[in-house]
Amino acid sequence: MIEAFGEYRYTKTHEWVRREEDGSVTVGITAHAEELLGDMVYIQLPEVGQNLSAEEECGVVESVKAASDIYAPLAGEVVEVNLSLDVSPESINKDPYGEGWILRLRPTEPADFDALMNRAAYATLVAEEEH
Amino acid sequence: MVDFAGWEMPLHYGSQLDEHHRVRRAAGMFDVSHMTVVDLHGSRVREFLRWLLANDVDRLRLPGKALYSCLLNPQGEVLDDLIAYFLTENWFRLVVNAATRSKDLTWIKARAAEVEGVEVWERTDLAMVAVQGPEAREKVLALLFGRFATTAAGLVAFQGIAGDGVRTDWFVGRTGYTGEDGFEVILPATSAPDFWEALRAAGVAPCGLGARDTLRLEAGMNLYGNDMDESVTPLESGLSWTVAFAPSDRDFIGRSALEAQRKAGVPRKLVGLVLQGRGVMRHGQTVMVPGVGNGIITSGGFSPTLEQSIAFARVPTATSTECQVEIRGQWLPARVVKTPFVRFGKPQFI
Repeated sequence: MIEAFGEYRYTKTHEWVRREEDGSVTVGITAHAEELLGDMVYIQLPEVGQNLSAEEECGVVESVKAASDIYAPLAGEVVEVNLSLDVSPESINKDPYGEGWILRLRPTEPADFDALMNRAAYATLVAEEEH
Repeated sequence: MVDFAGWEMPLHYGSQLDEHHRVRRAAGMFDVSHMTVVDLHGSRVREFLRWLLANDVDRLRLPGKALYSCLLNPQGEVLDDLIAYFLTENWFRLVVNAATRSKDLTWIKARAAEVEGVEVWERTDLAMVAVQGPEAREKVLALLFGRFATTAAGLVAFQGIAGDGVRTDWFVGRTGYTGEDGFEVILPATSAPDFWEALRAAGVAPCGLGARDTLRLEAGMNLYGNDMDESVTPLESGLSWTVAFAPSDRDFIGRSALEAQRKAGVPRKLVGLVLQGRGVMRHGQTVMVPGVGNGIITSGGFSPTLEQSIAFARVPTATSTECQVEIRGQWLPARVVKTPFVRFGKPQFI
């Protein structure tokens, strides 16, 4: 899995966030999260056009083990959702940062992205959780 | 890796869904060495087991033939479920669960001490590998030799054979916990790693606890601790078929309690459920049967073969075909179906 440094940010609820060229952000869940959850079976996606506040519950990933909520990493409008997850939820396990992307947001405040946790901070969080 | 009844075991070897499909389509293997192998020797073993077990070992006449039975307490409640093999008139083998090992051994030894001529030996020197799937038997047979291999190839369903000569401590049973054909191989623990590697080299996929659970659930097979325990009888657990009330002159531990329950009317039953729509039913969720009452999900999960959620539920006996299950704060409809959900790889209903 290639995560280009500097382009990815993370949340404490184990979402990753990637800023795109057009200013929108793509959101998914991290490899750490999908490993803990196991094989995905159902994904509940938000609606395109939905307006979300930061940390608002916007979907659910359900695995063989458990259901887990997805939280909006920052405030914004949902501009696209990954409908292929309806047919292939396992993309989240096989390619969590690529084919397994979940939604794309147009942030209300683009600078909110820079305030999110970077890779090093997320790695520290994961290491702490594993104790 | 997780702690399963004191044993460190893998949930999966990569993907439990892939492992599940491998067993249904080709061959997969499970290290089930956590299971407890108990050998009973002596001149009165058959008679003893006819008293000890709810199913009747008198049905076992063909050497190697096995049956599935509950082990009950005098109140008719389930102490464990197990497989019993008839090997010779003086030797029967039981395979019981890991979580109940200590309880079962204490119980069996105490009951055996009440009769003469029955010795109880726990076989801690043995490991066990279950190889399951349409290609499973051929993969195992290719690794056996001589007469042992020939006899193993001729086993019918629910029959086992012990090895001889060099392979005295080997045992092959045409049994399993997946609903597929296959073998459960019991062998000296020292021989198990090489056997496992040889199977892996032959293309058999290692499979973990996750797939083990989804396979047995699809196959309609109970899990002790979830679907039954010491608070219920086999009649409330979908296991009436494992209780041999006939012949009526065979007394067994728990018989009178079960007869009383039958006479009074068994209040609850274990049924199969299929969720209508998206979501996953899980152990402990509430079941509501309109006009009848409430029940509970005892085992639940996602069926990889059916691509929807299936479960066992303990519900009031009057339940017919529909119910609702409380999942994450919502009531979702489920249909009551006869199990198994899947047979020889095929869904049993639309």
